[in-house]
Amino acid sequence: MGASLKEIKRQSVAVDKTRQITRAMNMVAASKLKSAQLKMEKFRPYADKLMGVFGSLAGRAESITSPLLAVREPRKVRVIMMTSDRGLCGGFNTNIIKAVTNFIKEKNAEGQEVSLIAVGKKGRDSFRKKESIVSEHIEKLGSFDMSLAAEIAGEAVPPFVAEEYDELYLCYNEFRNIASQKPVIIRLLPASTVGSEEASPESSIEYIYEPSEEQLLAHIIPMYLRVLIYRGLLETSAGEHGSRMVAMDNATSNCEEMIQSLTQQFNRARQAAITAELMDIVGGTEALAAGK
Amino acid sequence: MADELMLEIVTPEKLAFSDIVGEVTLSGSEGEFGVLIGHAPFLSSVKFGELNYTKDNKKTYYVAGEGYAEITNLKATVLVESIEKVESTLKEEAQKSKESAEAKLAGMNKEDADYEKAKSALDKANTRLKVVEKV
Repeated sequence: MGASLKEIKRQSVAVDKTRQITRAMNMVAASKLKSAQLKMEKFRPYADKLMGVFGSLAGRAESITSPLLAVREPRKVRVIMMTSDRGLCGGFNTNIIKAVTNFIKEKNAEGQEVSLIAVGKKGRDSFRKKESIVSEHIEKLGSFDMSLAAEIAGEAVPPFVAEEYDELYLCYNEFRNIASQKPVIIRLLPASTVGSEEASPESSIEYIYEPSEEQLLAHIIPMYLRVLIYRGLLETSAGEHGSRMVAMDNATSNCEEMIQSLTQQFNRARQAAITAELMDIVGGTEALAAGK
Repeated sequence: MADELMLEIVTPEKLAFSDIVGEVTLSGSEGEFGVLIGHAPFLSSVKFGELNYTKDNKKTYYVAGEGYAEITNLKATVLVESIEKVESTLKEEAQKSKESAEAKLAGMNKEDADYEKAKSALDKANTRLKVVEKV
């Protein structure tokens, strides 16, 4: 009985330590989430304005030809896949990996080859052996700015222009709220001019364009791509922290439950031990008394 | 010159500047241009380079990254990927960064993968220096 008491005590101490860690991780994730959300908020005016101008330019300039708008029969597609670098964040990465796996299956069934650009370690590790990864950006999500988006875009765009592949997609977890992230896959290239319904409110104004509309659009498309990629990065980062926060919150309450049941077990065992000891003593005294 | 034109500078990090100013000068991809109130609606791309505005007849200088500017008769909105205020104290730093960019470029061949990158870094350092000297 004594050994078991000790064993229960040891277990409950271990669980308590785990709880401390998960609680600390929860708090760290919460503060990181806050700063990630702030970053998203500050990015919004820029993104909205750029989208507006892109929409109104692309909408009115149907005849524009740009290498980035070139639609080709898709034979090879490339996917920028965004996951986190670290685990312990619930189903965050699994969801993305599943979405990308399905996407690859679908494309393969249509006879298209898929290659990946991996952002984040988890995604890379999961696809390293199965699929061709043309480039990877690992351990960069800790602190990043627009230059990471520029780097990714700078890598992805030239091969598209050189017709090494025909379509570029971006896959990331859309950040809806702390508890819910949804994997989305959007097409980046060829940049679609239709469906950009977010036309700027001033789109009715006749602008003077400098340089020409066409050149201006050619100038803005890369900016537009960077904005989409950057937004993906921001949402991934916020989603990762949100997801980890929730996962660690659950883990903490699980730990608390376990500690409670262990404490109960411990008390019960202790009680049993005391009872047994008492019985021994009582039995002993009675035997002595009988012997007299 | 009264200060009447609304100037907004937006970067991916934040709304960097928002105030009423007199005149704004930008580096358009087709050359430098100035904007006053009542300008015709105008949309131009902006290249890496100088941006300045006057307020109370004093000029303030910035170095702006790539982007574009949208001008309506009352307002100038500048969307750029980066913006930094230029002050005369930055001169030494700008000089240094120019020299280090030069040194880096000198050790490279045209075929190097990073050659273009180093070259544009040098161009940027030069531009920055030029602006700093104006302050």
